[in-house]
Amino acid sequence: MLGIGSKFLKENSALSISSTFHKWGSPRWFYQFSARLMPWLAGLSLLLLVGGAVWGLAFVPPDYKQGNSFRIIYIHVPASAVAMGAYMTMAIAGAIHLIWRMKLAAMVMKAIAPIGASLTFLALLTGAVWGKPTWGTWWVWDARITSVLILFFLYLGIIALHQAFENRDAAAKACAVLAIVGAVNIPIIYWSVEWWYSLHQPASISFTGQSTIHPTMLRPLMATLSGMYLFFGWLLLLFVRVEILDRERNTRWVQDLICGESR
Amino acid sequence: MAMHPQRKQRLLIILFILVVSGLAAGLLGYALKENINLFYPPADIAAGKAPTGKAIRAGGMVQEGSVQRASDSLVTRFVVTDFSATVTVEYEGILPDLFAEGEGVVASGKLGEDGVFYATEVLAKHDETYMPPEVSDALEKSAASRAAQQEKGSL
Repeated sequence: MLGIGSKFLKENSALSISSTFHKWGSPRWFYQFSARLMPWLAGLSLLLLVGGAVWGLAFVPPDYKQGNSFRIIYIHVPASAVAMGAYMTMAIAGAIHLIWRMKLAAMVMKAIAPIGASLTFLALLTGAVWGKPTWGTWWVWDARITSVLILFFLYLGIIALHQAFENRDAAAKACAVLAIVGAVNIPIIYWSVEWWYSLHQPASISFTGQSTIHPTMLRPLMATLSGMYLFFGWLLLLFVRVEILDRERNTRWVQDLICGESR
Repeated sequence: MAMHPQRKQRLLIILFILVVSGLAAGLLGYALKENINLFYPPADIAAGKAPTGKAIRAGGMVQEGSVQRASDSLVTRFVVTDFSATVTVEYEGILPDLFAEGEGVVASGKLGEDGVFYATEVLAKHDETYMPPEVSDALEKSAASRAAQQEKGSL
């Protein structure tokens, strides 16, 4: 009895997993589903980013050593963290595309590359602007900064590789392999400040122990950090939706959608 | 859930790519360990691991009470420590704002035969502590009062 019951359950759950998977693989379903998410993501990310920035720039006391220049942390840390998180998302999407040949995963991969490149550039730029008054130099070839520069080149490489192929599937396959190989760089960036002697300081936010940033300064950082993640989510959905419309422009549902709106 | 054999194979290929590229990165990092390190700590310099007469960097903490400034030039001498060894650094030029005794520093230059590190550039190394000035004042006060109490107790 029990054996039959568990077998039934197993088959049932397998069915629901695969049907969820098929649903997520359908660009049309994703387009309609994401439309409901978009305003929430936009509103929340705007609130957290603008609110956190005003809070951090105007209402938090200056740092005891750096003075006001520490406030760049409210852009630098979210940009860096999301640039790394975006890369992992891209590599996982690449793996999903390679294994299950899911078209949506290829679209996600293609959409992330320019967003990730921009965020990495922002992280490098804000780091340099902060480095000049703090360290006394714009740039130094230490392990952290160099590995983040490699991340920037990886993103650019994926954009270039995608453009180099005429065939869409071949491009997605090549980009997925590059994204997966480059994922090795992410733990290197994260632990570079622990593994090697570097000029960049170790992390101030600790998930396991006591953070070395005072709570009054940490709270607005948490706001801009989560705001940046949501902003990334919003931008990703936006880019994927544009890609879906472009790829499915000859299908009935897209033509109905566009003509329905223009009429 | 049984996986389609072809998909399973693709998953294995991806895992293989990850392991191989991880291994390659690991070996590269291990082989280039000395080059990836931005600076030599004083302990390595004292142990003779740092070359003399070559452009290198030395890093550590500026020892309390060790900074000596020349009265007629921009020459500064200070001692960098990692709490197991020390190296004396000589530098001529403007120091960064955050340079101070008890703070981290990375100097680039050459190690002389006399054991003094002649720096051409000095960078301040900021640590990961962020706090408002009032908190730092309060911490200093409480540390001072604790020290005073301990002194009283020992008397």
